[in-house]
Amino acid sequence: MTGTSSRSGIPSPPDVLVVGAGVIGAACAYYCTSAGLRVTVVERGAIGGGTTGACEGNLLVSDKETGPELDLALLSSRLWREVGDDLGAAALEYEAKGGVVVAGSDPTAAGLRQLTAEQRAAGVEAVDVGPDELAALEPNLTREVAGGAYYPQDAQVQPVLAAAHLLRRARDRGATVHRGTTVTGFLRDRRGAVTGVRTDSAALPALRARWVVNAAGTWAGRLADLAGAPVPVLPRKGFILVTEPLPRVVRHKVYTAEYVANVASDDAGLETSVVVEGTRAGTVLIGATRERVGFDRTVALPVLRKLADQAIGLFPFLSEVALLRGYLGFRPYCPDHLPVIGPDPRAPGLVHACGHEGAGIGLAPATGHLIAQLLTGRAPDLSLAPFRPQRFEEAAA
Amino acid sequence: MNRTPFTFRFDGRTVRAEPGQSIAAALIADGQRSWRRTREGGHPRGMFCGIGVCFDCLVTVNGRPGHRACLVEAAPGDVVETQEGAGRADLAC
Repeated sequence: MTGTSSRSGIPSPPDVLVVGAGVIGAACAYYCTSAGLRVTVVERGAIGGGTTGACEGNLLVSDKETGPELDLALLSSRLWREVGDDLGAAALEYEAKGGVVVAGSDPTAAGLRQLTAEQRAAGVEAVDVGPDELAALEPNLTREVAGGAYYPQDAQVQPVLAAAHLLRRARDRGATVHRGTTVTGFLRDRRGAVTGVRTDSAALPALRARWVVNAAGTWAGRLADLAGAPVPVLPRKGFILVTEPLPRVVRHKVYTAEYVANVASDDAGLETSVVVEGTRAGTVLIGATRERVGFDRTVALPVLRKLADQAIGLFPFLSEVALLRGYLGFRPYCPDHLPVIGPDPRAPGLVHACGHEGAGIGLAPATGHLIAQLLTGRAPDLSLAPFRPQRFEEAAA
Repeated sequence: MNRTPFTFRFDGRTVRAEPGQSIAAALIADGQRSWRRTREGGHPRGMFCGIGVCFDCLVTVNGRPGHRACLVEAAPGDVVETQEGAGRADLAC
């Protein structure tokens, strides 16, 4: 039951209708209900069933170059700690384990030191470390290293648990969640403002709300098209390998310095830059490939082999470890590699919270928090200007 | 084809196997229903799916952990051991 009943006995519509129950939609529901807004969530599939359920749960500040996304990541890093306190760190498998970035060559190490200097100036805790310190941080790491950096703020959650618990808290605060309900169109008033959505549900053919939040992840572009307010959110395919359960063999999130360059890359072809981390269950996750091949779920063995080779390069013991399985997800990326967060002037009432690429788990609380500030008329903690949805049309004009 | 039964060692005792038999099949034929305990809770585990999918039947074979007993063919003289935990305590850090 959503909202309060008016005198006519007809339930009044909620303030906010969130489309998508991945981690971003869940965080929007969490912060909007915390701010006193009445929230309904519609999800076409299962909670966390899209990219949230096909990623690694990285909460990274280390892989961001200075700029608006790093500012968002720093805000989110603080908010994740608060969320962990509120929902229970163990329930989310929240681990403030820190990140270790490894440079294999002297030029890469020099580039990494320049990056950490810029990041420190922007508020990141980043410590330059040499080979001996790397060996102390990660005893199983290859000794073939030139240098690296340690980032104590990097952390990890189990993403589906995180989305489910955020949403559970939102429900505790009165939110309604409709699963298995697909949005098929938008309701508009005479002036063109968005007043709700149409769905494929016979029981709920129309859902009205003051604001509709587009948290449809990699499919957010399609939803925006239904509102005539396109945003170029595109799929970037990423594979992750899963080892057999092991004792703690990798202490931090460990990745190669080349990863930062790949995250920011515009290369359409295959890129692999390995990220290795242990999980609560004992499995070690090895991510991630990045391919722009549309919504293609084909498994290419050479891609997995390359990823495994890189992981063994970082952690030689992995050559003796069995892989149980692999999985893939579609990261929602925009051409400028920034998310889309904020109101859409082309469709008043529509607010976007999408396009977080491979950083959506990390950036979820900040996104939800800023959306809640926006919808309650407060000044957002960060400027939303870099994330404005109309920026792509401005660039084209 | 040689059809002569042979033996391997399981946790210090001798187990008889037929040529082509998996370690799991030989253990079950020998009356052994479980050969591992879960890492959390210590619940007994043996063969469940029997086709290499569930990873319940893990054993250490000739010193190497993580073998699925249902997929590994028993060989004469194998030394098969109950796998403790993940079987890779040597890697813990």
